[in-house]
Amino acid sequence: MHQYVGLIVLFPLIGLFINGLFGRKIKNEKLIGSIGSGAVGLSFLVAIGIFVEMLGMPAEERGSVVTLFTWIAAGSFKVSAAYQIDQLSIFMTLVVTGVGFLIHVYSIGYMHGDRGFWRFFTYLNLFIFAMLNLVLADNYLLMFLGWEGVGLCSYLLIGFWYDKKFDGVGITWTGDAGNKAFWVNRIGDFAFMIGMFLIFKEFGSLTFNEVMGGAENLAVGNSNVFWITLLLFIGATGKSAQIPLFIWLPDAMAGPTPVSALIHAATMVTAGVYMVARNSALYALAPDTMMVVAVVGALTAIMAASIGIAQNDIKKVLAYSTVSQLGYMFLALGVGAFTAGIFHVMTHAFFKACLFLGSGSVIHAMHEEQDIRHMGGLKKVMPKTYWTFLISSFAIAGFPPLAGFFSKDEILWKAFADGSGVLWAIGALAALMTAFYMLRMVTLTFEGEPRWAADKHPHESPSSMTIPLIVLAALAVVGGFIGVPAVLGGGNAIHQWLHPVFAQAEKTMALPEHHNHALEYALMAISVAIAISGAWFGYRMFKKDPEADGRISSKLGFIYNLLSNKYYVDEGYDGAIVQPVVKTSDRFLFGFFDVRIIDGIVNGSASLTAWVSRLMRTAQSGVVQNYAALIVVGTLIVLGLIIIG
Amino acid sequence: MIPIHYYLILSAVMFITGVVGVLTRRNAIIIFMCIELMLNSVNLTFVAFSSYLGNATGQMFVFFVMAVAAAEAAVGLAIVIALFRNKQTVNINDVNILKW
Amino acid sequence: MIPHVLNVVLFLPLIGMAAVLLARRSDNAARWTGLITSLLTFVVSLELFFSYDAANPAMQFVEKVSWISALNVSYHVGLDGISMLLVVLTTFLTPIVLISSWNSIAKQVPAYVALMLLLETAMIGVFSSLDTFLFYVFWEMILVPMYFIIGIWGGKERIYATVKFFIYTMVGSLLMLIAIIWLGYYASTLPGGEFTTDIIKLFDIAPTIPLDIQSWMFAAFALSFLIKVPAFPLHTWLPDAHVQAPTGGSVILAGVLLKMGTYGLIRFNLQFFPQASLEFASFLSALGVVGIIYGALVSMVQKDVKKLVAYSSVSHMGFILLGIFGVTVEGLQGGLIQMINHGLSTGALFLLVGMIYDRRHTRMIADFGGLARQIPVFSTFFMIVTLSSIGLPGLNGFVGEFLVLLGSFNSPVLDSPWYVIFAATGVVFAAVYMLWMFQRVVFGVSRSEENKKLTDLTTREIGLLLPVILFIVWIGVYPFTFLQKSEPTIQRVVEKLEQVQRGELLSTTVSDQ
Repeated sequence: MHQYVGLIVLFPLIGLFINGLFGRKIKNEKLIGSIGSGAVGLSFLVAIGIFVEMLGMPAEERGSVVTLFTWIAAGSFKVSAAYQIDQLSIFMTLVVTGVGFLIHVYSIGYMHGDRGFWRFFTYLNLFIFAMLNLVLADNYLLMFLGWEGVGLCSYLLIGFWYDKKFDGVGITWTGDAGNKAFWVNRIGDFAFMIGMFLIFKEFGSLTFNEVMGGAENLAVGNSNVFWITLLLFIGATGKSAQIPLFIWLPDAMAGPTPVSALIHAATMVTAGVYMVARNSALYALAPDTMMVVAVVGALTAIMAASIGIAQNDIKKVLAYSTVSQLGYMFLALGVGAFTAGIFHVMTHAFFKACLFLGSGSVIHAMHEEQDIRHMGGLKKVMPKTYWTFLISSFAIAGFPPLAGFFSKDEILWKAFADGSGVLWAIGALAALMTAFYMLRMVTLTFEGEPRWAADKHPHESPSSMTIPLIVLAALAVVGGFIGVPAVLGGGNAIHQWLHPVFAQAEKTMALPEHHNHALEYALMAISVAIAISGAWFGYRMFKKDPEADGRISSKLGFIYNLLSNKYYVDEGYDGAIVQPVVKTSDRFLFGFFDVRIIDGIVNGSASLTAWVSRLMRTAQSGVVQNYAALIVVGTLIVLGLIIIG
Repeated sequence: MIPIHYYLILSAVMFITGVVGVLTRRNAIIIFMCIELMLNSVNLTFVAFSSYLGNATGQMFVFFVMAVAAAEAAVGLAIVIALFRNKQTVNINDVNILKW
Repeated sequence: MIPHVLNVVLFLPLIGMAAVLLARRSDNAARWTGLITSLLTFVVSLELFFSYDAANPAMQFVEKVSWISALNVSYHVGLDGISMLLVVLTTFLTPIVLISSWNSIAKQVPAYVALMLLLETAMIGVFSSLDTFLFYVFWEMILVPMYFIIGIWGGKERIYATVKFFIYTMVGSLLMLIAIIWLGYYASTLPGGEFTTDIIKLFDIAPTIPLDIQSWMFAAFALSFLIKVPAFPLHTWLPDAHVQAPTGGSVILAGVLLKMGTYGLIRFNLQFFPQASLEFASFLSALGVVGIIYGALVSMVQKDVKKLVAYSSVSHMGFILLGIFGVTVEGLQGGLIQMINHGLSTGALFLLVGMIYDRRHTRMIADFGGLARQIPVFSTFFMIVTLSSIGLPGLNGFVGEFLVLLGSFNSPVLDSPWYVIFAATGVVFAAVYMLWMFQRVVFGVSRSEENKKLTDLTTREIGLLLPVILFIVWIGVYPFTFLQKSEPTIQRVVEKLEQVQRGELLSTTVSDQ
């Protein structure tokens, strides 16, 4: 079955070509939507087939590589279009195609009547194609193709409604937000590329298997590996919206909501996590980088969570929540808990996709209204959306036994056990904030009295939208059971499954076994308490008074402004980097250097020639006698020289 | 016998007279005559050396020079007449059109 | 199998030109004659591609006829893996250019077609010459048609632009002429030697020139080629020439003429003067890197789309320079692929800008906006070409840039990662200037009522863009088709330089003279 891995990638490609070339003429939304969704669905089925086949194999035989053709070869460099199937890549493939399929189906309802309907499905299929290349690639370069490909789709889909305005620092149109996303990602990609060059220099290959094989012979603390891992991580901060490159993700909400769910929550932004996990063997060799990863992850988690508290746009809240949850994943990776990071990728994909799609359902019902201050009381009008949204909110807040509880708790536990108390404390505080802002949002949106204008008539969304919501909510409930920790009597199936992939890294890091069950129970109890108190607090505060924000901002004006303005990071980058570069380029490099200096020299030499010629021309008076006189003078000089000489 | 340097000095005086005339006078006819003067001073030198060295080649050259001078006189005077017909002047200050 | 196929490719356009000039029936007759001739040339040149034996690194399709016997100058042409690809690029672009100017060139059509065909012969001649004298003749022959194409069919400032282009190029090429003569003279001073302009012979003779003189020779050739590339800071003729030239002229200029510079650097500078090349490698690579960043930054702030694309050429050509003087197989292969890529992507960008200019008679970014709604097909093509230009993996631009950067990063000659670290920022800036322009032109809403009247691409325009797009994707997905043809040639070039670097191929010292 695994030899058919090419099909997983091929189906979205076919869908993309059919919709891209003929979509404009097909016009039938049902057909276009079915082609788009069907392509992803078929990929999902093939992936399940491979997964089932792998289940039947002994653990050590589960990995394999399928080579399609040589892609780029020059000199000693050779890279193939080849797909690697192992426990990690098939796991990610299942998440991508599974969640992707649900979101495709949802989009049929959500995008109904949009003039770019066919274009939307073309881009979505292109995205799935690129994302599958990213997770299935057997080498860095093909991964990079997917990596940039998903960035492109993100760009195209953020700016999907290209004639719509969007507000942000230096942003007027949705297309500007798309540009911002692409540019910030390119900065990360720049580091990724340099990382690849270093890898090639160090290992002479860009194939994962060969690099990991080469890594076995290296000592911990190797400086090249430090730089490689650090550069790759900078790449990941771009794609996965970590400090300092997180700024694009909140603006990426300019795109249609299914895009936010698929790309900017469930799949693409987790690519950085996947990439670091894929390179676990290298990261294990660079403890310094691991520390950086953990610290950046923790800081991002708390910073984004704190911003999330003060946002009023339903999608902005979710966006910062995503940034914060991605921070958790990197925290996990940084302390060596690769499995926990990947586990959280999956659970996050379920509940965050559900939340985004739920918010899409709300926005749809409220006629493009996104401000939660103008909502409220939607519980009665759209019960399905409400319940799925609520369940997912509890899941992200970490209520047991929902999916988020298991994955987040494992991260916090590992942060404490293998990292430090400080990392744990930051994570726990972020968790408190998460529970608070999620319930704040739920309360403001669905509870209380309606605060919307009388001319709006919210209604429940069609079944093509609610069914994916229900499925995702169900997954957010049960998804965590594949990772029930041993202390709770679980088999922790995901650990068993992914273990072979991370075995090399775990061997290198040689983390101690933890047997302090009492401590683990205690921490677990604390995180449950945090989740419940944060949620209760958020619910009570805004149930009583939907305008509670105003009260707080009058008391804590400075802090509130800081948070609601996102710490002024965008403004800072704009003033410190963007404007100076643009102004220097315009006024100095182009206006002065190019036009004045270089062209000045060029035109100057022409003018000089003309000037000299004008000067010489005066000798040509037209009076022949003058010429004759000069001849005589010349003759005399020559004669004189002869006589003297 | 008159020493050769007498001829040469006379020839030099005639030549310089011609040069100065060409450079300083403004009347085209006079300039023209001065050119003739220079040619003839050269002729004198040729003849003197021919006689002094006993070699007829110099006298040969004199015939050539005289032939050329005659042709030149014909062409030159024709130009001067043409000039006078067009500009009613033979003052060369008024005909300095030979420039860009 | 066509006998003397290279001669056919070389002179077919010339015959077409004669036909156009002699017949002088009507504009349409001239257009068709030109198109058919150039298509025929392209078809014949495919023979070059397919029957080129990649395994054989020697010159192929060689033709040699004595020309000026007193100076040992001969008509000597032939192709290796590098020049073969560039010849095919030339024959590929010429018909596209002729179709693109079908309606936009309205005055003196036969003259335009004739000059284009003359240009084609000259370009093929430059790439296939195996004689320095012949090379020089073709090199200068380029100037004449290009001078007239910009000067007659150009924009408002065309005279300034065309004279600037002419003189800039001339300055460099005169120095090259001196170097060519000196090379021939040097050959005659060797024991048993005679004056020669034969490139094949010079491959062996020139590297033995003592380093101090070699450096001067190197500089004379390099200056000529760097102006043509154009490398920073010799680039200012390019924006003017591009902005003023008619679309067809811009496409040929960007697509082929600039490649003559980089081709010359590989053919002459690297192969004639290996020692000097190693001496100057860091300097020229640095020039390339500066060009990449400078071109990108200046491009970013342009207000005219065509000028933006012109400055982006400076940036893109910088990558090629870096690839060449990293002196690795990967870098040179990348540089060569990048030459073809730039020809396709920038050529296509100029075509697209020309199409929109034909409709709107403006190229100012500020005049557009919202084209995606008005003319979606145009916008789609524009998007694909833009992405190719910013080096998106899966399209052609990436392959070239990646190989160049990879090669130079591991280059023993440069021996420092900083060149590549700085050069790679160009990849970020490329996304900035191209997408920013794209956003303002294609997205958003229209800023002018006149844009509402725009009509989408015609079948003719789609037809001439499709082949370019095909190759943009082809090279992105399967560059092996092209890389394999040039690999042995480039390997040989690099091996020679490596030998020199190891000191195995020492030149004679000054005292031996």
